[in-house]
Amino acid sequence: MDSSLFYGISTIAYIIAMVAYIAYLAFKKSPIGIGATILTSVGFASHTVAFILRWKEFDDIMQMGLLRSIPLTNLYESLVFFVWCIILVYLVIEFKYKNKSFGAFVTPIAGMALAFIDISGVSKDIHPLIPALQSNWLLAHVTLSFIAYATFAISFATALMYLVVTTDDRKNGVYIFWTITVGLFAVILIAMALDFLVLKIILGGKESLVKNYLFKTTFRNPSGLVVAASYISSLILIFIVWRFGYILKKLISSFSISENLLDELTYKNIAVGFPVFTLGGLIFGAIWADQAWGRYWSWDPKETWSLITWFVYALYLHARFLRGWRGKKIAILAVIGFFSTIFTYLGVNLLLSGLHAYGGI
Amino acid sequence: MSKENQTAKVSLIDQIWNFFSSVKLAVIVFIAISATSIIGTIIEQQAEPQKNLIVLKKLFGESASPYIYNILDFLGFTNMYHSWWFVLLLFIFAANLVICSIERLPKILKTIKEPASPLTYEQFKSMPIRDEVVLGEDIDHVKEKTVSALKKAGFKTAIFEENDNTQIFAEKGRFSRLGVYITHLSLLTILIGAVVGIYLGFNGYLNLLEGEQSSFAYSKNENEIPLGFEIRCDDFDVSFYEKTDTPKSFLSILTIIENGKEVLTKTIGVNEPLRYKGITFYQSSYGFSPSMSSLFKFKVISKNGETEDIALRFGETFTVPDSNVKGTVSDFSPALAIDKRGRLFTYTESMNNPAVFIEFTENGKSVYNQWILKRYPETWTIPTGTVEFRDLWGAQYTGLQVRKDPGVWLVYLGCFLMSIGLYVAFFMSHSRIWVRLSRNKGKTTLSLAATTNKYKASLQRKIEKIIRRG
Ligand code: HEM
Repeated sequence: MDSSLFYGISTIAYIIAMVAYIAYLAFKKSPIGIGATILTSVGFASHTVAFILRWKEFDDIMQMGLLRSIPLTNLYESLVFFVWCIILVYLVIEFKYKNKSFGAFVTPIAGMALAFIDISGVSKDIHPLIPALQSNWLLAHVTLSFIAYATFAISFATALMYLVVTTDDRKNGVYIFWTITVGLFAVILIAMALDFLVLKIILGGKESLVKNYLFKTTFRNPSGLVVAASYISSLILIFIVWRFGYILKKLISSFSISENLLDELTYKNIAVGFPVFTLGGLIFGAIWADQAWGRYWSWDPKETWSLITWFVYALYLHARFLRGWRGKKIAILAVIGFFSTIFTYLGVNLLLSGLHAYGGI
Repeated sequence: MSKENQTAKVSLIDQIWNFFSSVKLAVIVFIAISATSIIGTIIEQQAEPQKNLIVLKKLFGESASPYIYNILDFLGFTNMYHSWWFVLLLFIFAANLVICSIERLPKILKTIKEPASPLTYEQFKSMPIRDEVVLGEDIDHVKEKTVSALKKAGFKTAIFEENDNTQIFAEKGRFSRLGVYITHLSLLTILIGAVVGIYLGFNGYLNLLEGEQSSFAYSKNENEIPLGFEIRCDDFDVSFYEKTDTPKSFLSILTIIENGKEVLTKTIGVNEPLRYKGITFYQSSYGFSPSMSSLFKFKVISKNGETEDIALRFGETFTVPDSNVKGTVSDFSPALAIDKRGRLFTYTESMNNPAVFIEFTENGKSVYNQWILKRYPETWTIPTGTVEFRDLWGAQYTGLQVRKDPGVWLVYLGCFLMSIGLYVAFFMSHSRIWVRLSRNKGKTTLSLAATTNKYKASLQRKIEKIIRRG
């Protein structure tokens, strides 16, 4: 059996679940919520099977021992693993807190990662590893980093929800901050969904012809008119979110989640993610670099961005002790922390260059 | 000293001290380091000006970019992690950490040393977690059960008998308060380790041809750095993933020679360095630099199985054992390939697919000739046996990164401490529970008060469990 079949099943399950969670938030019909949870769980089970199968496939090809063959060697595999971690943490939280409203904010992050795989044309092939990448430290480094990224993703969602439920004055800076963030989030999600639909349905089998389809239907369209229309509709969408943000506040508030619970969840996820990221992301990364290149730290852009992300979360942890920072300001820091995480993970490779494994697509 | 008095007489030194002990400064420094580091990831560090000018042109346009470059260069952004102001920021960061810890440590130590004590009625009322139940059992029974339940949950207990009631004090994770300090100390350890490495260590490289030896490494600017011993490369070998040019591993066999004696031989690979007397040799690259003295190594096997190892130079001749057939190496390609029309060519100047062309003669007459490829055993067979192409020795050099870093153990120690510190800071908490038992008409009233420095809800849940069990 082939891992890609199971990945396919889980991708479809997650994407329908995402739509269901959003519909559940909007209409609050419990069958929709239960359906969303079931779909997510089925997707997760299938995803787990796929991961194990791919691990086996990798082992058969590489013949380097089971541990070394964990499929986390390229951007594709890391994105898939990232999604797996997010869904795992999410399901735990949903069951523990018996509240499905987070789903509408968390599953879109997973959905975006999955859509990104397809439309950016990242290579799904199994590639042999160059010697510098054959290291157990690297393996621990990558695995733990993604677990930390997943907790940061969840803290982003809960921090954003915190901001939504605590502000409704349209002239307030915090309100403007969250409406722009939610608006951009929606814009990117919709733009990626359009790319996905065009690529899968209209172009169908010709997808191999298109290497990088990200934003090709919208912001990177060959036609200037479409590009202009995309920017204008994005602005309109952000404006709508800003104008009608109170509806979102009402929706979330109707799920009996208190501000305190959201604040606590944000802190707890960062309280798990921060030490895991420190150990896995920074310390193991440094040990690996030390063994491979003889320098534990070289101010490479990827390393530096990891450090920046680390500092943002350290800032989050310390600002809690400052008067007047508790609540909204640190929730904003948690949101910024996740932006920094995403940049560390994707931006450095896509926009900056580095020594690291995931260079380029 | 009273509060007003204190604020009235803050001396300059006190002011500086307070500034350096504040979390506010920490927040400012966090922001400053992050924000400047972002610029450092956009501007390529220690690069040729041309490279950054291209980047700046894209960001700010043709005309403005040279000015912006000059300003950034003047401010040190082209080598910012070594600039005076970045080092100053790190120094302020360290000072902040030290002074903040000195300021707060006594209070924490007091909390840790504080002896167990019963609570007064008022204190009891002011605790964040409280609960009360009336139980139908007598007080001694309840006491016994509560103590054992608390002990089971990992608490240390003490019992105070008062006039009309009994207080049980239970505590857990007292030392977890130190987690934050271990974390902060670990950061200092890492910073000190980094400084020691920068001032007392070196970073160099050394390229050694197979068979060569050296008692120096070289710095970036080609200065000689004496090693204190000699190092020789005995052999170097790359292996590739089948049918590709992706290297699977590359290995060097290195020998250390001290006072003319060989003291150590070790095979190193990527991720497996050699350490000797505080100096570490890392396998980092390799290259191809053949000469007329490079040796071709063959293992020649005759038809009836007689084997001989042979090493010879370009143009020299060997004899296939048990026969009159002689072979002469007359051509060599480090990376032989064949194009669409069947013509042979060398596709890269590195030993990716080494091949030798051998002309065989018998009694002076040419009999056959053939290309023998190191990576393809099917090319080794000749009519009178097999010629295995083992290596071209003395043609490849190993690229070693040579580092001495006497601070690295401090960095590792710091990393270890940080892992422990963060674990303690985030996954452990200091909880205290007071249980007051009082007689109430044959029944027992159990009142409970508790406090914790973290995860209040989870302590609450734990307490509920304990009460239910007790
Ligand atoms: C990147 C560097 C730093 C790291 C990783 C770090 C780490 C931590 C951690 C993990 C905590 C516990 C937070 C929590 O329980 O929520 C903490 C608390 C604290 N940190 Fe830092 N810290 C850093 C730098 C600093 C600096 C420069 C100061 C200087 C003022 C500082 C002062 C404090 C204080 C006052 C606390 C609260 C301690 C308490 O709970 O009593 N930290 N730090």
